[in-house]
Amino acid sequence: MSYSLTVNGQVRHVDEDGQTPLLWVLRDTLKLPGTKYGCGIAQCGACTVHVDGQPMRSCSLALEAAAGSQIVTIEAVDGPQADAIRDAWVARDVPQCGFCQSGQIMSAVALLRSVPKPTDADIDIAMSGNICRCATYNRIRAAIHDAAGSAQS
Amino acid sequence: MALVIAAIVLVLAIVLRPQPLPEAQALPANHRSIETAQLRPAAAFATITDPAVRSVALFEEAGRVIQHPRCMNCHPRTDRPTQTDAMRPHMPWVTRGPDNAGAATLRCTTCHHDANFAASGVPGNPKWKLAPIEMAWQGKTLGQICRQILDPARAHMGRDQLLQHMAKDELVGWAWHPGGKRTPAPGTQAEFGALIDAWLKTGARCPA
Repeated sequence: MSYSLTVNGQVRHVDEDGQTPLLWVLRDTLKLPGTKYGCGIAQCGACTVHVDGQPMRSCSLALEAAAGSQIVTIEAVDGPQADAIRDAWVARDVPQCGFCQSGQIMSAVALLRSVPKPTDADIDIAMSGNICRCATYNRIRAAIHDAAGSAQS
Repeated sequence: MALVIAAIVLVLAIVLRPQPLPEAQALPANHRSIETAQLRPAAAFATITDPAVRSVALFEEAGRVIQHPRCMNCHPRTDRPTQTDAMRPHMPWVTRGPDNAGAATLRCTTCHHDANFAASGVPGNPKWKLAPIEMAWQGKTLGQICRQILDPARAHMGRDQLLQHMAKDELVGWAWHPGGKRTPAPGTQAEFGALIDAWLKTGARCPA
């Protein structure tokens, strides 16, 4: 069946089974591999994208449920919070192996849009669904604080 | 020569000795079919002549649903839900938030949507959320739960609404259609609703 969804500002038509996870549509059909497959069961957060502005795990969202939504992936996330997060990530050299970082960044940008000056507790709650096997959590938290400061200044 | 024959006989005896055949083994737990437990119908309690005793018996049968993990997991006594039949803490680490549907920055809808999703195994329902903290059931006896749900200050509903919630609410109904490897609540929602209805009509008596 054919579905329409807006991905990174472009209307895309895909002909896939409605129960296909959005993650596979993004990676295999639309060739947007920046969103990562980590666990496939919504336990790690590597596949986080924004759906109508909300962070969601694309491995756990059916294509038929995502149809008609505005989807933004790591390839196109932008705005002052995204810029601040990107700069802070580079300055802090946050990634180690990097596999989870697409999801970490999508969650971090959504956090700053919702809570411009998050506390450690705010960060822990918002980011608790994003697992980092390299345990870069301290750098992630520090970079979010840095980004919060620069996005506001 | 006799020694050679004896050796051959010995070897044959060892090779051809009776041996037990391989026995069937139980399938691993994740290959077992999920069994649904039955509920006793409300009519089965008609033989109890004392209405008060009948009322308690009806609620105790309904309690097999109320205290089932499918229900208890969403009635936690903290700000964190539990999950699985073992009722372990929810992973990832989530909190109930101001509306019982997650923190503003980590909503239940980050993962849970309108329906169970087989590909990821994540359950779903349009009304997916926790019961209010005033309706915490975990750690309480069935008698305590009974008195709690009859208290409008904690239940946030009167008896008509309570019956509606138990018998008709679609999120409650999810407990009988949980998908994946999750064990459904006993019986059916209609049978459970009939037990609650009969319990209310017999005076809504609570176990000790």
